[in-house]
Amino acid sequence: MNIDLIIQPIYLISAILFILSLLWMGHPSTARRGVFAGIVAMLAAIGGTLFEPGMNYTWIAIPVVIGCVLGVPLAMVPLTAVPQRTALSHAFGGLAAGLVGASEYYLSQATAHHSLSGFEIGALVAEVILGFLTFTGSLMAAGKLMEWIPTRPITYKGQNAMNLSLLGVALLAGVLLVIFPTWWFLFPIIILLALAFGVLLIIPIGGADMPTVIALLNSYAGLSAVAMGFVLDNKLLIAAGALDGSSGLILSIIMCKAMNRSFTNVLFGAFGQVQASSGAVEQRTVKSATAEDAAQIMSAARSVVIIPGYGMAVAQAQHRVRELFDELGREGVDVKFAIHPVAGRMPGHMNVLLAEAEIPYDKLIEMEEINPDMPETDVALIIGANDVINPAARHDKSSPIFGMPIIDADKAKTVFVIKRSMNPGFAGIENELFYGDNTLMLFGDAKAMLTGIVQALKE
Amino acid sequence: MGNLVLMASVFAASFVIGYLLISRVPPRLHTPLMSMTNAISAVTILGGILLFSVETTVAQKILGALAIALAAFNVVGGFSITDRMLKMFHKKEPPSS
Repeated sequence: MNIDLIIQPIYLISAILFILSLLWMGHPSTARRGVFAGIVAMLAAIGGTLFEPGMNYTWIAIPVVIGCVLGVPLAMVPLTAVPQRTALSHAFGGLAAGLVGASEYYLSQATAHHSLSGFEIGALVAEVILGFLTFTGSLMAAGKLMEWIPTRPITYKGQNAMNLSLLGVALLAGVLLVIFPTWWFLFPIIILLALAFGVLLIIPIGGADMPTVIALLNSYAGLSAVAMGFVLDNKLLIAAGALDGSSGLILSIIMCKAMNRSFTNVLFGAFGQVQASSGAVEQRTVKSATAEDAAQIMSAARSVVIIPGYGMAVAQAQHRVRELFDELGREGVDVKFAIHPVAGRMPGHMNVLLAEAEIPYDKLIEMEEINPDMPETDVALIIGANDVINPAARHDKSSPIFGMPIIDADKAKTVFVIKRSMNPGFAGIENELFYGDNTLMLFGDAKAMLTGIVQALKE
Repeated sequence: MGNLVLMASVFAASFVIGYLLISRVPPRLHTPLMSMTNAISAVTILGGILLFSVETTVAQKILGALAIALAAFNVVGGFSITDRMLKMFHKKEPPSS
């Protein structure tokens, strides 16, 4: 009997389950079912593949066990570390695809009857380029997120020209390899160029653009799986890879829109290098307040909107935020959270941190929904957010963030900003909100300041 | 050639289905979504497994085994961290607090 009659139906079931898993991911109430469907789909995919004749099960079982044993502890990281963990997984996924591609290539070199068609070589080249550039690019992104590498964009003259020509040379080498399959020496060159391109691609990108970049690397990892599917004539790889590829692409487009920036601008714009005109601003003074003042004003308020940013994640202050939420709730204050799409270091970062602190998700309101309510809001409390609440985005055409949709925190009757010092935020842009008449600065560590406010509320 | 058209169709259809489904996912689920699609992209484990259905040299076996280990890492890690995050999403106050 043809073994394909067993394998292909299993693959079909697996593909349908992968699609269902994304369908169920569309709502929090069904999302866990989605994960279950994804796991079953993956087990079916692996199980079906094991029916292929001539399998060497020992060589397969050992690395599976090793991967599983190492994978479990890395899933237990604190949720503040999820962005770097995700970046690290993208690196592993890219490397896996690249290694399979390299192995396939040398296999075809060694055995004459296994020689590849021009199309297959082209797909193989796409697979290794995407795989290896995802590998080094994601490692760089993880390094920036862990602050092992400077998070500020690093730029130099001719950078974009160099990066693009590097990619151009890699693609050219790939084309040559398709035309002249015997020029096997081109293959390692392509790999090296892809590895170098991944590094150079991330160097000029700053930490605040990480949500877009992580999503884009996610997409590349999926597309390298698609290319692998074309090489191996495996339609399940193509289907699952395409789902992942489109997911990463959509997320990065959403992130770009949330910053009012184009793809090219994120990848080649080196955001944060631009120094905003700050001369006029320097003369102004800010008003600062104490935790007790903040507690008094907030307990007298009817409505408080909390706007979290990356600073909340860095200070690991989400549990203190929860205490403040409880305490204000007890005093009858209506507390909501305003979530900007690019707050934090990956899409949805703030939602996960606040969910960890057991804040009900119907209290987390998206930017478009909360903005009309801001003028009616008594207090806006900003915790570690900066650019996403900078009113310059609305009116200052010279500001690098002009046109970016922001949360209208400045329209609240009173604005509190928890901030370590007056240093400008990540993008190096002055924030006029801090100088507003209705703004009170709460200088200090977010965790300590929130503890102080909660303490004062209890008294 | 027919097979190539079929593969291209599978790609196009999956990409469109992915596009339609992902567009519906609310922003609050974007982080779990990404860690889940990360696990799904580890379907590249199939490529590693298929290397062991043919005669290979020891060097190729090691590359393949490494690829399988990395992909298995992503499958296990990706799905479990996704589930861990989703467990935390509550609509109402948890009764314990």
